Amino acid sequence: MNAREEILGRARQALGDVTVADPATDVPVTRPAPATGPATPAQVDLFAERVADYRAVVERPTVLTAADAVLAAVTGASSGTRRILVPPGFPDALVPVDDRVEIIRDGPTVTTAELDTCDGVLSTAAIGIAETGTIVLDHGEGQGRRAATLVPDLHVCVVRVDQVVAGVPEAVAALDPSRPQTWISGPSATSDIELDRVEGVHGPRTLHVLLVGPA
Amino acid sequence: MTATFVGMPAFPTAAKAALADTQLRRNLAHATGTIRTKRAGVVGEVDDWEELRLAGAAIKDRVLRHLPYYLEQLETSLQAAGATVHWARDAAEANAIVVGIAQQHDAREIVKVKSMATAEIGLNEACEAAGIDAWETDLAELIVQLGDDLPSHILVPAVHRNRAEIREIFLREMGTAGRAAPEGLTDEPAELAAAARAHLREKFLRAKVAVSGANFAVAETGTLTVVESEGNGRMCLTLPEVLVSVVGIEKILPTWDDLEVFLQLLPRSSTGERMNPYTSTWSGVTPGDGPQEVHVVLLDNGRTNVLADEVGRQALRCIRCSACLNVCPVYERTGGHAYGSVYPGPIGAILTPMLRGVGHDKQTDSLPYASSLCGACFEVCPVRIDIPEVLVHLRAEVVDAHKAAPGLPSVQDMAMKAASWTLSSSGRIGAAEKVSGLGGRLINKLGGHAAPGGAPMLGALPGPAAAWAGSRDVPVPAEESFRAWWERTDGGRAETGDGPGVNGHGTNGVGDR
Repeated sequence: MNAREEILGRARQALGDVTVADPATDVPVTRPAPATGPATPAQVDLFAERVADYRAVVERPTVLTAADAVLAAVTGASSGTRRILVPPGFPDALVPVDDRVEIIRDGPTVTTAELDTCDGVLSTAAIGIAETGTIVLDHGEGQGRRAATLVPDLHVCVVRVDQVVAGVPEAVAALDPSRPQTWISGPSATSDIELDRVEGVHGPRTLHVLLVGPA
Repeated sequence: MTATFVGMPAFPTAAKAALADTQLRRNLAHATGTIRTKRAGVVGEVDDWEELRLAGAAIKDRVLRHLPYYLEQLETSLQAAGATVHWARDAAEANAIVVGIAQQHDAREIVKVKSMATAEIGLNEACEAAGIDAWETDLAELIVQLGDDLPSHILVPAVHRNRAEIREIFLREMGTAGRAAPEGLTDEPAELAAAARAHLREKFLRAKVAVSGANFAVAETGTLTVVESEGNGRMCLTLPEVLVSVVGIEKILPTWDDLEVFLQLLPRSSTGERMNPYTSTWSGVTPGDGPQEVHVVLLDNGRTNVLADEVGRQALRCIRCSACLNVCPVYERTGGHAYGSVYPGPIGAILTPMLRGVGHDKQTDSLPYASSLCGACFEVCPVRIDIPEVLVHLRAEVVDAHKAAPGLPSVQDMAMKAASWTLSSSGRIGAAEKVSGLGGRLINKLGGHAAPGGAPMLGALPGPAAAWAGSRDVPVPAEESFRAWWERTDGGRAETGDGPGVNGHGTNGVGDR
């Protein structure tokens, strides 16, 4: 007997006590239905507060000041030229045009080794979760492939206020499981050494969130 | 990397050694205390926590009670998403599948995401035997691997190491396994983490094959999920060309929406955070993004044995959050190594004997006794596993297994025989009480020690009772037995008010639990 048949056979034999065929009637699951629609203004405030709680940088520019905020985020305190990766579909209006910034357009020809030479990356997001301060990327337009927001040391993420939802149930209900997803709650962190939290082991050590509201 | 749990001494012996290690006890008390406090804080924020726990338990029960149905559904959806599905009856079969895939790609090394399933099957050792280097990339697992050591906690496997020890391990071993630690490395956690970052980055960038486990596997959509903090998981899941995920058959959730419950329960129970830094989900292959060859190994390795145990089946609900370790008074004092198994703490004390079966080795059979049955583990379990209930059930199984086995009677059997001889005659009981009462009076004069609350306790006992008394406080027997008191005072009618049975030390000891 092959492994598949044997494991399924053992499982069937182990469950001789289960007599109801329908899983749903056998074990009902009750939980509240998720709320629909974008978050309230108070929940948007909570989102900003909870993202900052993870020691991420959070700013709330308007549509008119967003481009300046992106430029300031990528140049930061550093003096030299910064190599910044920009995924396909990221809004042109927000891409910095400045002597201090070298723009690398991501695409199929950019190798992993080249990703590793970038100082930072820009991206949009699919959803923000207020209750947990989480940004979810489903790697659609403007969000880049999964490695793009991982290898460079700085991640500047642009989230629109209308993308914020209240909690995890609302996010799960709105997301498409067939797309790969990355849920990000603060920068890469470890607590493996004497439980002291250290930001940045392998992912970006700095997460800079720009929560963009209407003008 | 030869460390292994095989041949570990039984829990009482290992625990005694661990208890003598004051550094270990300090590390553990700090770690478990810190996580306990954080967990209580973030769990307190959730209004419907109990409702969530009930939903979590029900979803997992639904999967377990209809496992063949969900396994077949998962297989179909994984294949539709472009993944190759393998089935493994046991550890050897699972290891052979992973090694075979690495060999097909001429990979001499693989990078690994921290995974309990691959630790359980001893994948690193199997790779080593096949000439393949398997590199752990989680910081704590790296510390354990470089130190040729064993993990001691499900969530923070290197909890038994302090920063000075970690610095020494990095300076001594990193160079032998790849990029050396920088000269002048201090024991600051940020510097140690930076050394790990540099050491592992070259491995991430060149690795062709990665191996992971999965926290959840959604049957309906074929979506796998990995929950982590450092980004090493994301590196392994997205950079190499080939990804192999070893997934225990109990990891299934029926639908995508069920993930909502577990992404609330797991981080809060595990690290005490509202959400862990990174969660990755993927369904098979995504063209142009991440590994273009994806394998999933569905692992039994004793899980169908656990499934067949109607009381113990609930242990398969476990989502490996480790909350039960952090509240367990036994774990807090002995650490994880004393359990001698990949799964330590209260959940390990029930899961390990059921996966392995009882009655075969002393070490496994000792685990259901490695508990005070205080119930704290059940209180914090996000999927409401009644660990104390299963512990008691397994103790009975261990006793039955030994009863059925030929050979010498156990110490316990002999003690019970002696007790039944004494208890079967009122005269003998009276005689025994007189002796123990005399002992109590002597001990009160000679000392002993006091339990919390001040009740006097016995020290070491001679003979067969030594092992029993060596691991618990034994109350000093009453100076006067109830029987003797009744005789002397005519059932209290002649009570003077200062009898030894009323104000003496002897009646205080029984409340100690």
